[in-house]
Amino acid sequence: MNDMTEPAFSFDDTSEALIPAIIAKYPEGKQASAVMPLLDLAQRQMARQTGHAWVPRAAMDAIARRLSMPSMRVYEVATFYTMYHTKPVGRYHLQVCTTTPCWLRGSDEVMEACRKAAEADGETFSIEEVECLGCCVNAPVVQVNDDVYEDLDGPRTEDLLDRLRAGDVPPPGSMIGRQNSAPEGGPTTLFNVGGGKQEGGAE
Amino acid sequence: MPKVTVDGVEIEVPNGYTVLQACEEAGKEIPRFCYHERLSIAGNCRMCLVEIEKMPKPVASCGQPVGEGMVIHTDSEKVRQARRGVMEFLLINHPLDCPICDQGGECDLQDEAVGYGRDHTRYEGSKRAVNDKYLGPLVKTVMTRCIHCTRCVRFMAEVAGVPELGAVQRGEHMEITNYVERGLSSELSGNIIDLCPVGALTSKPYAFTARTWELRKTDSIDVFDAVGTNIRIDARGAEVLRVLPRLNDAVNEEWLADKGRFSIDGLKRRRLDRPWLREDGKLRPASWDEAFAAIAGRIKGLDGSRIGAIAGNLCDAESMMALKDLMGALGSANLDCRQDGATFDVSNRAFYRFNTTIEGIDEADALLIVGANPREEAPVLNARLRRRWVETPGFVAGLVGAPADLTYDHEHLGHGGDALKALLDPAHHFTKRLAAAKRPMMIVGSQAFARADAAAVLASCWQIALQTGMLTAEWQGFNVLHNAAARMGALELGFLPGDKGKDIAGMMGGGVDVLWLLGADEFDMSRIGADTFVIYQGHHGDRGAARADVILPGAAYTEKPGTYVNTEGRAQRALRAIFPPGEAREDWAILRAASGALGRPLPYDDLDALRARMIESYPVLGEIGVLRRLGHGGGAAPRGDSGSVSDAPFGRAFATYYQTDPISRASQTMAKCIEEIILPRQIAAE
Amino acid sequence: MLSDRDRIYTNLYGVHDWRLASARARGDWDGTKDILARGRDAIIEEIKSSGLRGRGGAGFPTGMKWSFMPKETGGRPSYLVINADESEPGTCKDRDILRHEPHKLVEGALIAGFAMGAHRAFIYVRGEYYNEYRNLQAAVDEARDAGLIGEDACGSGWAFDITVHRGAGAYICGEESALIESIEGKKGMPRMKPPFPAALGLYGCPTTVNNVETIAGVATIIRRGAAWFSALGRPKNSGTKIFCISGHVNRPCNVEEELGIPLRELIEKHAGGVRGGWDNLQAVIPGGSSVHMIPKSVCDTVLMDYDSLREQRTGLGTAAVIVMDKSTDLIRAIARLAAFYKHESCGQCTPCREGTGWMMRMMNRLVEGRAEISDIDLLEQVTRQVEGHTICPLGDAAAWPIQGLLRHFRPMVEQRIADYKARSAARLAAE
Repeated sequence: MNDMTEPAFSFDDTSEALIPAIIAKYPEGKQASAVMPLLDLAQRQMARQTGHAWVPRAAMDAIARRLSMPSMRVYEVATFYTMYHTKPVGRYHLQVCTTTPCWLRGSDEVMEACRKAAEADGETFSIEEVECLGCCVNAPVVQVNDDVYEDLDGPRTEDLLDRLRAGDVPPPGSMIGRQNSAPEGGPTTLFNVGGGKQEGGAE
Repeated sequence: MPKVTVDGVEIEVPNGYTVLQACEEAGKEIPRFCYHERLSIAGNCRMCLVEIEKMPKPVASCGQPVGEGMVIHTDSEKVRQARRGVMEFLLINHPLDCPICDQGGECDLQDEAVGYGRDHTRYEGSKRAVNDKYLGPLVKTVMTRCIHCTRCVRFMAEVAGVPELGAVQRGEHMEITNYVERGLSSELSGNIIDLCPVGALTSKPYAFTARTWELRKTDSIDVFDAVGTNIRIDARGAEVLRVLPRLNDAVNEEWLADKGRFSIDGLKRRRLDRPWLREDGKLRPASWDEAFAAIAGRIKGLDGSRIGAIAGNLCDAESMMALKDLMGALGSANLDCRQDGATFDVSNRAFYRFNTTIEGIDEADALLIVGANPREEAPVLNARLRRRWVETPGFVAGLVGAPADLTYDHEHLGHGGDALKALLDPAHHFTKRLAAAKRPMMIVGSQAFARADAAAVLASCWQIALQTGMLTAEWQGFNVLHNAAARMGALELGFLPGDKGKDIAGMMGGGVDVLWLLGADEFDMSRIGADTFVIYQGHHGDRGAARADVILPGAAYTEKPGTYVNTEGRAQRALRAIFPPGEAREDWAILRAASGALGRPLPYDDLDALRARMIESYPVLGEIGVLRRLGHGGGAAPRGDSGSVSDAPFGRAFATYYQTDPISRASQTMAKCIEEIILPRQIAAE
Repeated sequence: MLSDRDRIYTNLYGVHDWRLASARARGDWDGTKDILARGRDAIIEEIKSSGLRGRGGAGFPTGMKWSFMPKETGGRPSYLVINADESEPGTCKDRDILRHEPHKLVEGALIAGFAMGAHRAFIYVRGEYYNEYRNLQAAVDEARDAGLIGEDACGSGWAFDITVHRGAGAYICGEESALIESIEGKKGMPRMKPPFPAALGLYGCPTTVNNVETIAGVATIIRRGAAWFSALGRPKNSGTKIFCISGHVNRPCNVEEELGIPLRELIEKHAGGVRGGWDNLQAVIPGGSSVHMIPKSVCDTVLMDYDSLREQRTGLGTAAVIVMDKSTDLIRAIARLAAFYKHESCGQCTPCREGTGWMMRMMNRLVEGRAEISDIDLLEQVTRQVEGHTICPLGDAAAWPIQGLLRHFRPMVEQRIADYKARSAARLAAE
């Protein structure tokens, strides 16, 4: 952690433009609440600038100064939450859910495909085994940076990774064309509501 | 006042008490690791679980407020079962290295394991390994032993006000760290060693030195500042091995500053352990008789007015009393204890004491500091100021003097006398805030009096105090903060120029022919006239000894019984923990012997007689441990002219906290503090 | 089966646009001003008599929770905090509300906020729901631009605004006091209670934390009336609920159904039945990972509501139904959950920090069978040492899945150990 090769950091113009509004989301004097959004902002800036989303220590110090809070409190937050990376990740950070609902539906295969990709090209892909991503009825899933790809299996995952490698980022969601969380093949409910209002009280 | 029943006994406890406090009130011992009276409640160790009827689960007693009619069981089978469970969890990842752990014998975990531990482990996994952390030269870490109670984190954030410790990561990977591998920069960091309930944080200099049961424990008083921190000196044989704070709520609570705790290796280095005599410009070892003969020879026939004495910053009252008596016997009124050249108005004790008292800080709601940095000059007292600031909504603080990180928010009102004068204007925004406060207080550093316009500074400060309601029959808010342990004792017994006597400046440059330095090292020795014969009585080969013609080896504070008066004016007694090294002697005895050799024997042959005489003359010095807190008793204002304060900035009391006296200058530990705490930050700041 | 006209979430699947115009066309923001005009007490009364219980897992009566909010706050603001940190394994219902029905949540927040005297709500969205967060934030902004919230929400004279706060990967922030800590810019470490949030919550102010689904249903409940809502479901378990059916079913899905629907009906009607048929069912975790699993024999008849499941010593939880057929290695399924809790333990208090790791390691050994029979009892004891001894319910949640496994499938675990011993013996004999 005492790495002298740690890069310097300062918020760039793009980030700076967003900071006042972020701090203003919280009551006056409670600017420490902005520590999480600012860590996210710093991580996105690093991704923008270097292709790798992570939060160097200098960024944590910059956030501490900006929010008038002790650096230690920022280090604590940055290391507590799993989505802040204290080391660089690949251009595509593959977050593979392997918690029971995904595992029941074949996340082992998805994991295997992602592991191979990350081993072959760590610059492009980094891999993280994550806990439940909250997309369980579309299991198994992989989150790539901000987007979740659902209803995967081994071959579909390989296909997804090929497209990512080629820079062809598919739209997120079901990879088998499902309507979000509706049952495959079409819903069993909500036939009669259309786009209209519901009327009436108790019958 | 809710009534609760603890193990069948009904008691009444104050509102707001926790269940743990109620149980203690009922005489029940509740095991705990994370809970500490002086820290916020964390509730994380779960060792203090008790059973409360009508509550489904065992309750952490430390955080549970009492309720009317609660029926509490502290020793039921359910409670014991719960605590055994917690103990087992604490131990599964705790190493079995008690035999090589410095906490052994004074370890809370060890103690509680006797009551709640199993005789074997049921955990078959490998124990967690955690990298040790670098926290500087004072605190050693063995982080596999950490049980994550977070006392250290809370102490640094809450009491020290230097939030450099935290818990990073989470779950079983959670680690206590400073993250940046830099020495802790708090002057109170050593207290986390005492707070750590296990051997995760131990004293680095003391590592592998001794077991607690080998140590001889002696009550004493810290001399590295003027707070009068109550300490316990742990010694083995002829060696002081460590210093720990003793509990005294009125003074230091249970804290001790790092210099007092860690300078003690300086007690073994550069010691004066035999008399020395300068011959042909060079010091040579001498016998006591030779030394006394040389002094007698020089003094013989000399008029008293040509002899002077200066008392140093670490002196006990008894030796100063003896030196004062000796000077009187020699016909000299040339006495001074103010090496820094400070001038105090001693016509009224209120003009030079910390009148509010340290406990009184707990009532203040506004603070003005003039020419002081309490964080460096009195770290423990500063922590109390900080706590008051934390606990008091609307507490305002202002500082006139060198800018400093005091660990609490304050307004920097200016550097010098101009800023002080500005505060005389009742319309000044800060003066108005002081006046609006119910119990405003002012702390004037002794450094603020170490200037030509000292009387004017005092008059200004007093006038501000009067104007802002600091001086009422119920509240005395004017305070002088001394930073030398000997200073208040010296002022109380009048170690000051007598009638037509010379002060320290007058004794310089040939103002006297013989100068007796009693542990005085904190002034520029080159100011002493070239022909002045200098007697240095003290314990370290420091500045004074280097200039001396005769060296009389004295005793350090650990090596003699003595009375010290703290900045409040509270007299406290230290006991002797070990004997002085070699031929060195207790200082009052040296002076008694010298008086005989000079043909002016002092009228006492033992310490009790000396004390009796001292107390008879200065009763305050006999009021051990007690302090009468007084309101403002009226009386005349100081004589100075408040308008004539110069604009000059107020200086710093010392260049670095870690080295301020012969002992800390001889301490390698303190040198390491400068190297590993101060310098890296200076470099980083550049 | 619940009729479509009684469903609250008409855009559950995102067939329609989620934005304001479409939401309005589906009935959102209809007469909100009139609802507010009924006054604080009337709204709370309506919610109380609707029988709505918290949809986040604990099932506490919502109206009663709101009524705990003090009316005299000594000048402190009151806050509504909405828990959208959906992270309980098996659960993905709030996600659909955030992305497809955000205006139901925004409108519900206004009504709930008004009813508890809050001028500001915070919605804490789990960090991974980035696109869902964007929809929600856009809906909040739309609502503000349309004057539905803001200085004069819906022309009611009530000032109300919403801050959407993103989490960053911590299941524990679903615990209300950890969530509050997280909004305050700290680690998500649960607080000791008391004090409860209604007295001393966010920024030291009175605070109520409600689940997304609880709040998003509020406007519809009030518009259609408490009587309508309470007529659905079963006594004390009234209304509708979004169920998430995952695992070994033919067509996993989310669906809004009436509380009290038989588990079998839920699975067969909406999720295409258990893979390989009902008889291929081995066990179900009926309410998200934190509740005891139930074997097929219980699944055959159990009803999906708070009290029916509690009778079976499990719980409705988040109504996330994780279905496991006979091919499932149940020990591994639970071992994986043990790993989840170990990963998500905040580390603050001893039993959870140390116990979750211990439980996981023992479960991992049991997956192989590399243990003694007595280790099963030890594991059971360890779960009891964690349960009930921690600051927050995560310790309980970590203990219960294992207890459920041992309660219903102990012979399976014993067999695993016996098999391992037999294999080892055979290997030794061969050497």
